[in-house]
Amino acid sequence: MNRRVSRGLAEAVTVVVAAVVAFPLYWMALTAVKPESEVISADPRPWTLAPTLDSFVRALTVQSFGRYLLNSVVVAVAVVLLSLLISFLAATALTRFRFRGRTTMLIMLLVVQMVPVEALTIPLFFLMQSVRDVAPVFGLNHLGSLVLVHLAFSLPFAIWMLRGFVAAVPVELEEAATLDGASRFRFLWQVLFPLVAPGLVATSVLSFIHAWNDFLFAKTFIISAAENQTLPLALQVFVKPDQNDWGAIMAGSTLMTIPVLVFFILVQRRLVAGLAGAVKS
Amino acid sequence: MRTAKGDGRIAFAYLVPALLVLVGLMGYPIYQLVLISLFDYGQEQVSGGAPLTFLGLGNYATLLSQSRFWAVLGQTVGFAAVCVVGTLLVGAALAVLATRVRTWARMALFLAALGAWATPTVAGSTIWLFLFDANFGFVNEVLGTTGLSWTYDKWLAFGLVAAQVIWCSFPFVMVTLYAGIKAIPGEVLEAAALDGASTTRTATSVILPLLRPLLIVVTIQSIIWDFKVFTQIYIMTNGGGIAGRNLVLNVYAYQQAFAASEYGLGASIGVVTTVLLLLVTLGYLRALRRSGEAL
Repeated sequence: MNRRVSRGLAEAVTVVVAAVVAFPLYWMALTAVKPESEVISADPRPWTLAPTLDSFVRALTVQSFGRYLLNSVVVAVAVVLLSLLISFLAATALTRFRFRGRTTMLIMLLVVQMVPVEALTIPLFFLMQSVRDVAPVFGLNHLGSLVLVHLAFSLPFAIWMLRGFVAAVPVELEEAATLDGASRFRFLWQVLFPLVAPGLVATSVLSFIHAWNDFLFAKTFIISAAENQTLPLALQVFVKPDQNDWGAIMAGSTLMTIPVLVFFILVQRRLVAGLAGAVKS
Repeated sequence: MRTAKGDGRIAFAYLVPALLVLVGLMGYPIYQLVLISLFDYGQEQVSGGAPLTFLGLGNYATLLSQSRFWAVLGQTVGFAAVCVVGTLLVGAALAVLATRVRTWARMALFLAALGAWATPTVAGSTIWLFLFDANFGFVNEVLGTTGLSWTYDKWLAFGLVAAQVIWCSFPFVMVTLYAGIKAIPGEVLEAAALDGASTTRTATSVILPLLRPLLIVVTIQSIIWDFKVFTQIYIMTNGGGIAGRNLVLNVYAYQQAFAASEYGLGASIGVVTTVLLLLVTLGYLRALRRSGEAL
């Protein structure tokens, strides 16, 4: 009896905490569907009786949000695919082979993760300026520059995390595959790759979010090409010194949050397993 | 682990793409950052209108003699400390809570936490700003303080940003620690119970030591993340607060470089931030080694 009471109490607390944590998101979605008069109201209510999509229409038409959404998707997907491929190869090299400089490399990977990438905006800005002269697509004002920097920023963690997953695949499996006549290449892509899938999913989610969320580099690199802007900055155009269009800002935020949220919920089990694996390994 | 000859070459081939990207876009910029910090590098030098002057440690001397810099450094450390402690306390408490409830309640909590975790930083910052808006914000409506600006007062603004940071970073700690607690074999806890250990005793003498490596990892990760906070401060305090009183090191460096065109000075702030974080990292490596993890 006592146990049940204490569990009931714990569950009540849990539900209240969950509601508080979820409240900002609820408020975002609610504001996005409220009519403007209710948004700009001196006494806001936590519900609405007249839901409307006006704010979404404003966000999508006035500021061509669709275009920015597409830009964000392009950058994030490119980063995910490239980082998957590169980090998988690197993680395999670092776990399956022993060679000189391996430990140094592992330490460097860890150290490089601690570098505050925000500090690198200055040299990277000048680097992208030079890249523009050689390969415009990867230089300032182009999406390629964002793909490159986010790829670089997500690699160290992705490699570090995948290491544990690759190491967990028994070496005997590789020996068996070799005995069965599988080439090194086939083993890599047809045996090892599927086996580390949970780890790949977890790292992909993190790379995606990293690129999708970026505000600083989009702000620094995309200076004069509005058509190559990404979502986080597009959101800022509704912020006016005198009067913010909160309805449109929240509609834009909702559009920006939904893909990540869906993604997260779909992979949450694997993400948790992946994180626990990375930490334990 | 194979050690045959020739494997080194294959390993190298696998590593080439990663090395190229990391050397080109991390290594080289780090070198450039240090280099720029040694020069008087402003708008004229960038456009080629004035020759580059080598200052040596001049930018650093300027920085260390600024009372502004010391104030910003202090604020950064204090802000990060509040965020880290808050994140760990909330995350750990909720992880323990999650082990005590049935699945439906845990799912509700995890779903809400995943939502907070998944929310893009820019969107999250903006939502919080609106919730705490002076005139149209729901929080002021509930507290009956309509008209109170949460971002005007320096410490209130820092507190608001810290709360937002904790909101979006506790889920990582919670989920990791929850997984860690769940991974403790049931026999260990049963053995403790058979030996007559109380709940508190089990928590402090069995669970905590087992979770120590995990706790170290999440603590250091939190320190690193919260010391580097940029977007939240930039958006919620509109670029570092009125007259820059809500600046933290990263935002300060950015403002010096891209708003004041003092790239050299900005780079030197970046170097200082990086060095401070590397010191934390060294502590991390030592802690990992002490907890017995092999590289």
